[in-house]
Amino acid sequence: MPLRNQDDMYKRRKRRTAKNNIFRTLFFTATTVGLIVLAMLIYRVLSQGTGSLSWDFIRNFAAPYPDEAGLLAGIVGSLYLMGIVAIFSIVVGVSTAIYLEEYAKKGKLTTFIQMNIQNLAGVPSVVFGLLGLTFFVYVLDFGYSLLTGGLTMSLLVLPIIVVSSQEALRSVPSELKEASAAMGASKWQTIFRVVLPAALPGMITGSILALSRAIGETAPLLVVGAATAIYSLPDSVVDSYTVMPIQIYSWISKPGDEWPLLAAAGIIILLIFLLIMNTIAVLIRNKFQRRY
Amino acid sequence: MSTIAKPIVKKQSEEKTIEKDSVFGVSNLNLWYGTDQALYDIHMDIYKNEITAIIGPSGCGKSTFLKTLNRMVEMVPIVKTSGTIKYNDENIFDPKYSVEDLRTRVGMVFQKPNPFPKSIYDNVAYGPRIHGIKNKKDLDTIVEKSLKDAALWDEVKDRLHENAYGLSGGQQQRLCIARCLAIEPDVILMDEPTSALDPISTMKVEELVQNLREKYSIVIVTHNMQQAARISDKTAFFLNGELVEFTETDQLFSNPADKRTEDYITGRFG
Repeated sequence: MPLRNQDDMYKRRKRRTAKNNIFRTLFFTATTVGLIVLAMLIYRVLSQGTGSLSWDFIRNFAAPYPDEAGLLAGIVGSLYLMGIVAIFSIVVGVSTAIYLEEYAKKGKLTTFIQMNIQNLAGVPSVVFGLLGLTFFVYVLDFGYSLLTGGLTMSLLVLPIIVVSSQEALRSVPSELKEASAAMGASKWQTIFRVVLPAALPGMITGSILALSRAIGETAPLLVVGAATAIYSLPDSVVDSYTVMPIQIYSWISKPGDEWPLLAAAGIIILLIFLLIMNTIAVLIRNKFQRRY
Repeated sequence: MSTIAKPIVKKQSEEKTIEKDSVFGVSNLNLWYGTDQALYDIHMDIYKNEITAIIGPSGCGKSTFLKTLNRMVEMVPIVKTSGTIKYNDENIFDPKYSVEDLRTRVGMVFQKPNPFPKSIYDNVAYGPRIHGIKNKKDLDTIVEKSLKDAALWDEVKDRLHENAYGLSGGQQQRLCIARCLAIEPDVILMDEPTSALDPISTMKVEELVQNLREKYSIVIVTHNMQQAARISDKTAFFLNGELVEFTETDQLFSNPADKRTEDYITGRFG
């Protein structure tokens, strides 16, 4: 038996372990590429932006001069926008997920809807901008308002919320649903009292991650007419508005050495918001994580 | 324990032969999962205040049959049935028959203990609550009574508001029985309730089932022939989706009428 031959076995083992080492190095390098790029980005942003960070930067509106300009309109606009997106997309998204997971009969139509929702999640965001422009601005005549922006953004993140909520619902063990149904509970009672409490952490996590995608999106809002510079806060949902990424975008494209630094400072604020939201998502997931 | 219980079983069933009330009358029951037929032409009467055991090898349709009695089998969307099951003279397959009502009167205990990720109290109060009982005092009474009937009260009375997942497997199963008793069903269906439990927990559940006989009609699916012999009044033997034999437990185990029953209970297969 060749397997028994000590020399051969030694050689073969050497070759096998060598191969393993090559692949390990390959995968490790791939991982590092991502990490290094991320680290470089963060370093660049921090080194450029920290100089411009101050309370005034957060308190001021946009201004013709870099040292007077601030992100206030963007921060408040982003928060308002998130409010609209949260209300609309979570209500509609979670309801859709509940219908598809719990009520809809599994058939060709459901599979078709399901497939389309997943595809929708991959549609470029600017396409949603065009949809918003056609439907909300022209058909419904909402104008270039906060409401238009919010609803457009809601459509953008809706598929993400539907899919993540469906996953959360699906992870609820069927034994629990059976236990409830076997006691004569109606479908809705089972959903409301057993399924939703168990799926809620997953749904909240998914929703927050969807919102943090929405807070960083620029393209669709440019299409539906978010302002680049604005000197007052929106009083109602039909007012014009701006958001952080759009202010940052407009600063980057301005001539002069100081504007990009301001943009970097804006990015830091945006990153802080993202970090806070993602941390909340992780905390919720850890706190309510249940083993069944 | 079984030797003490046996004579009582006999006495009860002898009395019952004179005036038997059936709770379930199953006739011509066929059931398909998609195109696979799982139950063939079942005829069977299940009597009040008796323990009916269903035995048979894996895949013989015994659990399917049990779940048909409270229509839980319909949780699998591809299930089709034909024939009738009369529960107190009403056909449960009638489109007008409310499956919620049926399951309120026919409770179920599952193979794997499946308490909700809630407190012990909330687990037992779940059933009464979904049926509209909100009064705290009423709920307290029901919870205490159900836990006492399920022989769990003494073990949990000081920690009613702790999570049910902190209980042992055997305690969880008795909690599930208590949860089932809390909706005051007439019939309790048990789907191999002790198969996930250790011998001592099994013994406790068996004792409990014996005691429940006075107030409830019990149908219990079991993998364990000794268990069927120990606790049941009547035993049904299922094989490949057919009801082979259904008679008094003593008779089935001592003098089976069908060759296949004999082969199974003597351990020639299964």
